[in-house]
Amino acid sequence: MPFINFSKDEIQCKIVYYGCGFCGKTTNLLYIYKKTQEDVRGRMVSIDTDGDRTIFFDFLSLNLGKIRGFDIRVQLYTVPGQVHYDATRKLVLKGVDGVVFVADSLKTQREKNIESLINLAKNLAEKRLSIRTIPLVMQYNKRDLEAEGAEILPVDVLQKDLNSMLKAPSFTASAIKGEGVFETLREISKLVVKDVSKKILLQGKGRSFSGVGGI
Amino acid sequence: MDIILSAEDVKRIDACLNKVLNKSAAVSAFLIDRSGQLVANCGSPSTLDVSAFSALTAANFGATSEIAKLLGEQEFNLLFHKGQNENVYFSVVGENMIMVIVFDDRTTLGLVRLSINMIMDELLQILSPIYQNKG
Repeated sequence: MPFINFSKDEIQCKIVYYGCGFCGKTTNLLYIYKKTQEDVRGRMVSIDTDGDRTIFFDFLSLNLGKIRGFDIRVQLYTVPGQVHYDATRKLVLKGVDGVVFVADSLKTQREKNIESLINLAKNLAEKRLSIRTIPLVMQYNKRDLEAEGAEILPVDVLQKDLNSMLKAPSFTASAIKGEGVFETLREISKLVVKDVSKKILLQGKGRSFSGVGGI
Repeated sequence: MDIILSAEDVKRIDACLNKVLNKSAAVSAFLIDRSGQLVANCGSPSTLDVSAFSALTAANFGATSEIAKLLGEQEFNLLFHKGQNENVYFSVVGENMIMVIVFDDRTTLGLVRLSINMIMDELLQILSPIYQNKG
């Protein structure tokens, strides 16, 4: 549910990083926070437990710059990945404009990834949103663990498990090293802005715009 | 489901928030959507990160709504946090918005609540068509 403010020529969008517990959602946001300049980002807010598990959400707002005269502000959220925090995930998904699904490449997490994606589809459906039509990007995280001897799933298996029907843009990543983090963010931002633009044009309100700058 | 605010809408919302500030002598006023998006703010929020403030306000309301349900209530429609120097008062506005007033010891909670009540109908009249027209 983007907020389009014609008084300030500003568009605010909400992007949620979704995925199972410990898949690297918070690590994505932390990397973005560390690598962006203070003038384009706000404070990183995390509500977590002592064990680094997100209990409510992480939040980071970013200014992506101007597109055709509109200031584009995106608000990045993560959800708690653990199964029993479903009520919190539903709360964070309220008003979502785009989703990054972060999948854990570890072989041991295969089922948890699938469960989490099904949970995302269900929670979106409750908000009358479809996982097939909402701007969505897949990120296959923790690719660096292969070099450390961990058993990880090949990308084509992850694609088959999670993306064979959805056919969303996908990126391999190592969020802890920053690989693939900004590529993912750039793609989801582009999709969200395009989606908002299309909706505004359909309603015959405002100006058209395309492309994402700033990141 | 886009929320489109015209320059005129924003002007009218700002006027309502300013009325609350003028009548109550509060520090700052915010109108925040329940998904955590800031709609408007007036007053002097100093160095406050308004985006983070809006996200946490929506989360705060979401969490207390769940507490209300556990107690068999539909919702708590106002919240109050008292600090050493500044206090925050949160009030539900219709189904989709939350008004937040930050105030210090130059005014009282009662006056803040009274000031909000005085503009509530006007604010709902402004917001109602915005949410009805959402795409």
